[in-house]
Amino acid sequence: MNSVEGVVIASRGGAPSIYLRNITKAYGETIALSDVSLDLRAGEVHALLGENGAGKTTLMKILYGLSQPDSGQIEADGVALKIESPRDARAAGIGMVTQHFSLVKNMTVIENIALASAKTFAIDLARVRAEIVSASTRFGLDVPPDAIVSSLPISLQQRVEILKALMSGCSYLILDEPTAVLGPNDIDSLLEVIRRLRSDAGIGIVLISHKMAEIEKVADRVSVLRRGQVVSSSLANGITSKELVTLMVGEQQSGAEQRQRSASPSQSQSPILVLESVGVTREAGGLSDVSFAVRPGEILGIAGVSGNGQTELVNVLSGTTQIDSGTIVVEGRQLGSNTPQSLMRAGVGILGEDRHASAVHALQVVENLILDCVEKFAGKLQLRRKEMLSHCESAITQFEIKANPKQAFGTLSGGNMQKVLLARLFSRNPKVAIISQPTRGLDVMATNYVRSLIAQASKQSTAVVLVSEDLDEILELADRVAVMYRGSVVGIVDHSEASRESIGELMAGIAK
Amino acid sequence: MKARFVLRASTPWWRGPLLVGAAALLTILISAIMIRWAGGAPIPAVRYMFISPLQSRFGFTESLLSATPLVFTGAAVAIAFRAGYWNIGAEGQLLAGTIGATWVGLHAESLPRIVGVPLILLAGMLFGALWALTPALLRTRLGIDEVVTTLLLNPVALLIITGLLNGPWRNSESGFPDSDVIADSTKLWIVWPNTRVHFGLALGVVVIGLCWWFVGKMSGGLKLRAVGLAPNAARIAGLPVERTLLITALASGGIAGLGGASEIAGVAHQLTTGISNNFGYTGVIVATLAALSFVGALLVALMFGVITVGSFSASRALEIPSQIGQLVQAVLLITVVCALVIQKYRVVWTIKRSEGRK
Amino acid sequence: MIDVTEEIISSSLRIATPLALAALGELVTEKSGVLNLGVEGIMYGSAFVGIATAAQTGSLTAGLVAALVSGALAGLIFAFATVTLGVNQHVAGLGLTLLMISLCNTANRIIFTADGGQVRVDPWQPLNFGGPIFSQYWLTYATFLIAVPFVWWLLWKSGLGLKIRAVGENPEAADVAGIGVAKTRYTAIIIGSLFMALGGAFITLAFVGTFTVNIINGRGWVALALVIFGRWTIGRLLIGAALFSLVNAGQLQLRLLPSFADVPFEILLALPFLAVIVGLAISGRNVPYPGAYLKPYKRL
Repeated sequence: MNSVEGVVIASRGGAPSIYLRNITKAYGETIALSDVSLDLRAGEVHALLGENGAGKTTLMKILYGLSQPDSGQIEADGVALKIESPRDARAAGIGMVTQHFSLVKNMTVIENIALASAKTFAIDLARVRAEIVSASTRFGLDVPPDAIVSSLPISLQQRVEILKALMSGCSYLILDEPTAVLGPNDIDSLLEVIRRLRSDAGIGIVLISHKMAEIEKVADRVSVLRRGQVVSSSLANGITSKELVTLMVGEQQSGAEQRQRSASPSQSQSPILVLESVGVTREAGGLSDVSFAVRPGEILGIAGVSGNGQTELVNVLSGTTQIDSGTIVVEGRQLGSNTPQSLMRAGVGILGEDRHASAVHALQVVENLILDCVEKFAGKLQLRRKEMLSHCESAITQFEIKANPKQAFGTLSGGNMQKVLLARLFSRNPKVAIISQPTRGLDVMATNYVRSLIAQASKQSTAVVLVSEDLDEILELADRVAVMYRGSVVGIVDHSEASRESIGELMAGIAK
Repeated sequence: MKARFVLRASTPWWRGPLLVGAAALLTILISAIMIRWAGGAPIPAVRYMFISPLQSRFGFTESLLSATPLVFTGAAVAIAFRAGYWNIGAEGQLLAGTIGATWVGLHAESLPRIVGVPLILLAGMLFGALWALTPALLRTRLGIDEVVTTLLLNPVALLIITGLLNGPWRNSESGFPDSDVIADSTKLWIVWPNTRVHFGLALGVVVIGLCWWFVGKMSGGLKLRAVGLAPNAARIAGLPVERTLLITALASGGIAGLGGASEIAGVAHQLTTGISNNFGYTGVIVATLAALSFVGALLVALMFGVITVGSFSASRALEIPSQIGQLVQAVLLITVVCALVIQKYRVVWTIKRSEGRK
Repeated sequence: MIDVTEEIISSSLRIATPLALAALGELVTEKSGVLNLGVEGIMYGSAFVGIATAAQTGSLTAGLVAALVSGALAGLIFAFATVTLGVNQHVAGLGLTLLMISLCNTANRIIFTADGGQVRVDPWQPLNFGGPIFSQYWLTYATFLIAVPFVWWLLWKSGLGLKIRAVGENPEAADVAGIGVAKTRYTAIIIGSLFMALGGAFITLAFVGTFTVNIINGRGWVALALVIFGRWTIGRLLIGAALFSLVNAGQLQLRLLPSFADVPFEILLALPFLAVIVGLAISGRNVPYPGAYLKPYKRL
């Protein structure tokens, strides 16, 4: 293979095209990418579309040197590139803004940008500052150079990231789901920046996304990834949004089924879980004045752009974050403090958003399954293993888990992990189930099964709070939808009035 | 040439034992070099150190004796580490145990042995747990790292012993900084006639068994393991993380303290400044080499007993320093721990090319 | 009374020198996200290697150089285990400490004490610039006038420091910025080890001029505590070192008072350790650990 020395750093417009050839990458037994080819051109916005887990991020990590392909190669104008690290990628003129920003939070903007070019000895921060100021004006990206990164709002942190990449002289810029963390106004200004970079600076941009609207607005070319394969690659004006959605999700899932809702939503019954003006004080991203009530048998969906307080809300309801104001009432009784124990005793069960963080990987399936009720199986001298195992066996049958009770939890597939955790949740017969991102990263089969379990639980008059970033999931399951925006509930909509549009406006903070 | 370590997708079963064996060989080689430097003949010295203690009854029983305190400290460290509580203060806790035991031993003249022995053991355990209390409270109440606080209390315990021996407990006959001999009623029984192997060893084995049973079989043990492996997941499952850590820390200190009492009541019969031959720190090695398993800790402690006795006999026979025993243990720790990690990787050698533009 | 005060300040500076050096070394190391529990062992090793070399060659300078080499080597072993292999940092650090201590005790026995002797050198003498406070060893002056500003510059003003802090806070981000995480951590660990080695060498080559078993006696652990007490800043770290040393120097004076004649001095010797624990209890809450503290970094 040739070294990267032959690559000429592109001046605007004249950058070589970059080809990814037959890239294959597997993590253990999961194939993340299978024989993927893609070409990128200067001065063009190439949208990369696909569901969670389709392989978009993996592909771009390979292009940026954060991950090595098992086979296949990357070429610039026909010359093979050796990209083993982000440094190689930048030398080849490729920059990337990752989903979780690669900024050192408690350093200043200047320090963060100086990092990329830091020599061993004295660094001239004044010079870096001047360069930042001039680059900001050149690219139209205003940033406060002396601010500590963690003190900036997300949209500005993202700008710092983009500026950092541009200042390293890249002629290709990968943006990994850049709008997922932004509010609507910020999204518009980001799209404007993208347009300007393409047209004025001639930069080739890869925009990873799964939002149709923004792709329609800026993309020149669209490729769709599904399950690690490119299923379509075409000019943006040659394909409709509807076609793209179908390509992205595959056929069987495009029209989500509606849950059978009971004729009379249990309006008559008194609510079982009531949050009244719950607040969590944080420098950034707390909760303020969150109020809602859930009745037995009801599913309350919590929608919102990620990072608007959903995680904090779930932490409050699992007891891992203490509330600073407001009250939580379960079955008419107010909780003294929201510790995990007090919530569990009150009958609140939880499925956390991160299944890996909710269980102990090195322990067996059976041990994880009873971790929240260890005392129930405690004998005088030892745990009653036989009872534990038979409890586990029946859970395995009931919840269709593909696992051996004595298998380590960490060796299960994502779907089976989720089923074990759901089995743990529902075997307590909780009065209230808090379920967060239940189908994130699951395949279609597992997704459908998990959703049917949630529907079934509500039939048995469990009150469900369903937090999900997947709006379709919420529309499919929820009786009412509460929308969170900047740490507050900005509206609660009945499912009969809920639509993508009405919820979307609330999520964007437009409607009130 | 440049080496890169790449994680293996799967590890063949034989790599672990192979690499640990290689680590052991490397350790022996390093010891042989040290022995050669000390002016001894390496091959007989290695035989003295690792084999000859097992060839005579005396060597064997002395090895058991040397292993006894390590059984306690190994178990103490293993149970704490299993809970994710980094107690590196077993040394101080063992020393605190010797203080408690000596105090009882010096004041229990008129008691029958059946009362005196439990009393002295209890005192050791209590003092050890007490010594572990402050770091445990600081950790669970205020979130202050236990590594530093447990470490800092180790020299304090030794200083207090030295102070006691230079002050109130100075030997009343010789005037040396050794305590008086403890009352006969508090001395442990000899369990192997005509040797020095005492009841402490049996007690240590019982402690190992209890730890194994508790951690592996009982509900509290499951909680302990969950807390140690994934504290956040344990918290989400409603387990009392802080309380588990506190109790484990006290148990760990208590076990180490019991080890101190066993040394005083079982073999030394008086307090001296050299009462602990780094037993607490060696306990960390024992527990780590045993991969935190209790039965493993027992076996490693016995092996270390052999090495300790062996290095003394090698030292006498070949005039090499007996300190070499502890050196072997430390080298073994580092080589084996590295070997266990290396087995998960394969080494990829790449010929270094020019590094692109600067 | 003034005499006593001056005496206390003077001996505080002396006591603080090895602690400050070791704590500065630990600070540089921890800023890169690595906890080096080998600090006690590296000090022990350099204390022995320093005096052993000085005794053999007759040159204190040669001793100092050898001590630094021993520190760098020990740091290299530690870096290989923790950075390259990703061995648990607690275990590797403690293992290094035990290795250095047993290695030095063995070597000490072989070279010096086999026939009941003890290694001795004529140590450095204090340089007197007037009064007890300004009668200090050159290393003490160097520590507070050169090493402290140097480490401050290194960590907060130099490019390397920027890299060290970046890999300690967010190695992924540093990697993406093209910084070699492993290389930077190796560098930080070895620079840190050199400072620890200076601290160890000071004890034998300046302070006492001889080597006895257990000579470091927990000073490395105190250095660890000072870094936490100092919340990873040099100013607060020095305040911590000063407080520890004042308590230590104070108890030295206390011993001379008739009313303390009956208290065994070892009990007083324990006071500074307890002071550190109290200090940690008061100011060790919610301390800002480096973001990647204890976490090995591996790119997938």
